Order: sequence, then C-alpha cells, then structure tokens
Amino acid sequence: MSTPLLTVSHLEKSYQKTHILHDISFDLDAGEVLTLLGPSGSGKSTLLRCLNGLEAFQAGTLTFAGEVITQKAKQWQQLRQQIGMVFQSYDLFPNRTVLENILLGPLKVQKRSRETVLPEVEKLLQQVGMRDYRDAYPRQLSGGQKQRIAIVRALALKPRLMLFDEVTASLDPEMVRDVLTIIRQLADTHQMTMLVVTHEMDFAQQISDQVLFLADGRIQEQTPGPQFFKRPQTSRAQNFLASMDF
Amino acid sequence: MSWAIIQQSLPLFAKGFVLTLKLATLGIIGAIIVGLICSLIYYFKLPILTPIVTIYTEVARNTPLLIQLFFLYYAFPILGWRLTASQCGIIGLIFLGGSYMAAGFTGGFDGITKSQIEAGQAIGFTRWQLARYVILPQGLALSVPALAANVIFLIKETSIFTVIAIPELTNTALDLIGMYYHTNEYLFVLVIAYAIILIPLSLILTYLERRVRYGTFGH
Repeated sequence: MSTPLLTVSHLEKSYQKTHILHDISFDLDAGEVLTLLGPSGSGKSTLLRCLNGLEAFQAGTLTFAGEVITQKAKQWQQLRQQIGMVFQSYDLFPNRTVLENILLGPLKVQKRSRETVLPEVEKLLQQVGMRDYRDAYPRQLSGGQKQRIAIVRALALKPRLMLFDEVTASLDPEMVRDVLTIIRQLADTHQMTMLVVTHEMDFAQQISDQVLFLADGRIQEQTPGPQFFKRPQTSRAQNFLASMDF
Repeated sequence: MSWAIIQQSLPLFAKGFVLTLKLATLGIIGAIIVGLICSLIYYFKLPILTPIVTIYTEVARNTPLLIQLFFLYYAFPILGWRLTASQCGIIGLIFLGGSYMAAGFTGGFDGITKSQIEAGQAIGFTRWQLARYVILPQGLALSVPALAANVIFLIKETSIFTVIAIPELTNTALDLIGMYYHTNEYLFVLVIAYAIILIPLSLILTYLERRVRYGTFGH
C-alpha cells in the first residue's frame, strides 16, 4: 500500500484551558475525499485550520507527503502552496480584480511566469463559468461567484490537497448547488484529494469516500461514506443524522 | 470694523498665511512618515523597537505641544543644539503629529479582518508579501479618516507656534493687536485665514476618504 498523502496522529489542540481537539488520528490517501461531519462546536473547522497552520496544535504529529510538519512559520508558508484552503467568507482581496486575486499566488509566491500561468487560470475560470468576470472586482460579484473565484484562487497554486471550510454556509440556496457542483467535479474528474467540512448532507453523501464524525472534539467514528449515511455505527452519529432531517 | 485697517494688514497676514502653510505641510509630511514607521514597528512587534515606539507615542501624546516647543526652543540650546524657531516648530509638530499618525495607522491596521490575513496566508504569502498585498493597502485605506482628522488638528496646532515667536498667522494677529489695538479687525482676518485653509481642505479630505474607501472596499 502506498503511503497516505496526509497522516494526522494523536493531534491535541487547546485554547488556554479549553481542550478543543482530543487525540485526533486519521489518514487521507491521495485522491480521497474525506468529509468532516458533526454538530456545531465539535471542532471540525478547528481541525481543518490546524491542517493549514492557521491554528497551532499542542501535541501530535502531522505528516504531509512524507514530510513531518514542525509548525515552523517558514515550513507552513511552503506547505500552503500544496494545501489549498477555501473559507466560508470567500475573502477575496477587495482591492484586486478577479484575475489579480487568482494570479497573486502563482506569480508572487511561486514565481511562475505569467505566460504559463494565464492559460491555466483561464481554463479554470472557464470550468467554473466565470471566464467573463476576469476583470471584475469582488464587489461586483454575488456570493456564489465570489466563492467560485476563491476556489480558483486556491487551485491556481496546483495544490495536492484542498480544504473546504463550510464554503456554502453563507450562500443563498440557489447558489449552493453551483459551488457544490464545482467541488464534486474537482473530485470526480481531477481526483483532487479533499477534506470537506459541510452541513450539506446530500452533498456530503454524494462526495464522501470517508466520513469522519466528530463530537466534543473527538472522532466518534470513521466510516466509508455510503455506509455512514446508511448505517452510522455510533448513536451520536445516528442522532446527528436524524437531527439533520436526513 | 474698518476695511482700511483690514486691507493694510493683509500683506502681513499673507506672509503669516504662507508660513503657516509651509510649516504645517512640512510637519504633517514628517508626522505621516514617522507615524507610518512607528505603526509598522508596532504592528509587526519588532523586538527592541516596539517598546521605544510605545514610550515615544505615550510621551508625545500626553504632553502639550506648548511644553514640547518650550523644550525644543529653550532646553535644546543648553544641550548644545541650537535650532531656529521655525525648525523647532516643524520638529515639534512632527514629534506630536507622529504619535497621532501612528495611532491612526495602527487603527487602520487593526481594522483589517482576520479572515483577509488568513486568506493571504492560505495562498502561501510570506510575511513581507502579506504586508505588501494585504496589510498595507487595506490598512492604509482604513486609516485615511483618522489621518485626515489629524491633518486638520495639526494645522490648527500651528497656532501655538506663536509662543516661540514664529510669525505665522496667530503670531501675526497677536503682534498687530499688540501694536495697534484693532482687536476686532485682526481677529476677524485671523479667523477667515484659518477658515480659508481648513474648510476646503476638510471637504477635500472627506471626498478623498470616500474615494479611497470605495476604491479599496467597494462601498
């Protein structure tokens, strides 16, 4: 068996005295989609943020592509080019056009040439249906459009792993589907490795290879996607699914 | 009120007007530079320099400009540095204004949302790139209203220069009153002179605030 792309082992996270994550361990293979599910406050987003260095963790080991993550700022800065992240609040840079938002990473961080990057970016924009908006400013876009651009901005760095943190949580219902379709395409046609935090259960069911169910900062169960939605192993997960009207 | 007296005084007031503008401009430019440097030191918590900046801003903001000017004008020569009155005025304004500008910039940098910074980090920006592409453009735009208020404040503070006999507007008026006792006329001209500087400037700055905010944040 090949080594996993990401290995999390015995990760512990606390803020001052509050323990947020307890003994989190799991593997993520290349090409796999792992969904983090669980009630609010269960630590899903915090876990995702630990995997991108936006939150420090106190104990445990992260290994990405065989490299042990030491939590040094310099190492995170390098790794973030391979671990893309998309946020609930899109957070495009308001003073930059769509194209500039997308190009900053590849051109300034990765020092690639505009001639090689531009065709890739145009292709990505085309795939998300935003080719005509390259010169627009974020203020001229709807929430769903902004989120699609945020996804392209992350993809432009050619990451090996994508983290999606409740990316549809602040979108109108009709826009949710567009964004989720893009993420699903990313999984289906590009075999992108992904970690997804979501409250969209239909989407989670369609996309998940594995489900990690968290509650109270602990992994309650890790189950293959189809099985989780049919027969969750723990009563916490059963109650959770029932409460989600699913 | 006599027009003739007002007219006779205008050439002197014109000189004072130009000097007020000149000293204020130099002082404000210096204050903006000092303030920006201090706020960046403070924002990035640079070792050694951060406590120095904190001490400077506390001293500068919590002592009156009047006393700062006395210090520059009377105490510096004792230490062997002899400055002209105008130099004292400019340095005083930079010393005071720098601390206010630093607070204005700091307010702007603090106003940047955490998620914008994280978005920059998430695409792999180094510390410097984060400053260049996220923190500076947004922080500067957010600090414009505070800086504009400081500009107006510092121009008005130049009236205190009269205590070290710099012949700016207020000094000109007080001198003329002392010599000729036409208090009403000279104070009238004085008020008008400040209004000519400050009212248009205030309107321009308000317009600028809106432009910058829209250009950066789109609302």
